[in-house]
Amino acid sequence: MATIRISAPGTARKGEVIELKALIQHPMETGYRRGSRGEEIARNIITRFECRYNGEVVFASDFQPGIAANPFLSFFTRASVSGTLDFTWTGEHGESWSQSHTLTVE
Amino acid sequence: MIRAAAAAMALLAACSDARSGDTIRKPLPDDAKQTGTAFLQPETRALQEDDFANPGFLWIDRGKALFTEAAGQSKACSACHGEAASELAGAAAHYPQIDAASGELVNLEGRINLCRTRHQALEPLAYESGELLALTAYVANLSRGMPVSVDVSGAAAPYYEKGRDYFFTRRGQFNLACNQCHNENWGRKLRGDTISQGHGNAFPAYRLEWQSLGSLHRRLSDCDAGVRAEPYRLGSDIYTAVELYLAKRAEGLPVETPGVRR
Repeated sequence: MATIRISAPGTARKGEVIELKALIQHPMETGYRRGSRGEEIARNIITRFECRYNGEVVFASDFQPGIAANPFLSFFTRASVSGTLDFTWTGEHGESWSQSHTLTVE
Repeated sequence: MIRAAAAAMALLAACSDARSGDTIRKPLPDDAKQTGTAFLQPETRALQEDDFANPGFLWIDRGKALFTEAAGQSKACSACHGEAASELAGAAAHYPQIDAASGELVNLEGRINLCRTRHQALEPLAYESGELLALTAYVANLSRGMPVSVDVSGAAAPYYEKGRDYFFTRRGQFNLACNQCHNENWGRKLRGDTISQGHGNAFPAYRLEWQSLGSLHRRLSDCDAGVRAEPYRLGSDIYTAVELYLAKRAEGLPVETPGVRR
């Protein structure tokens, strides 16, 4: 289970631009490194991140091996209606991690 | 003839200097003491000071969860220390210290493993494992901002001496001692980086080079490899003794766990 940290406001005014931050613990192993005995370390990366606001994608990103471990993303969206923000990371072997955040729009 | 005699005299003088020890073993002056954060680039420093973006908090979050979670039949850490672990605030600033029961020097990692074997009937965690780093970082973070202060008297004295000897002993193919960089050349450049004073007050710290949180022992092991010496085992007595010497040397600096380092 990867550790996830999400930073988002709990409440926002209608039309306000809010900053969302997401951090996940992941090695983002490139596949180009070798271990202490010369063995290849298998590639293991996150390939996709999506943030959905009431089901609609407001931010998405395709990750490549050049992204550092424990990737940190910061992005903005406009608060329109109360609802949930779903943050989802998908690994290259099909595994996924997600966390939700409830946003109240006044 | 005169020249040879002068050379012999110079050699003799050098030898007596080495024997007296203290002229060579110049300690870091107290008024020059600076935490490693002072040597960071502004961006790295900003990352350390942002409690959301600092990746070390990923381990602290996990440590907090492990602290309150009972594994198997055993009780959780919080069963004795409380949910918020408020009684442990400040504890990490006094490590390494002598374990009263065994009379041996233990660091924070060692104390957590002793708790596991003595009170929780659990296997000790492997040094540098994710769980041990998480718990150590969580407990150390409870002391953030408190000054490092260790006891080097009594049973700790021989460990302190051993750690100090290590600090001032040249080693490896480069034939360098810790003090040559961290006492005599701190603030100057080495391989595109600024040499710090070598304090351990921000450890466990997130090193960008490691892309991970790591213990002070891992940092020491990296320094040993850097001077092309054979590193010791992580968690070994000698590294714990060095940790004690470094803690005494850093006395008064605030605990900064989780630090971010290059």
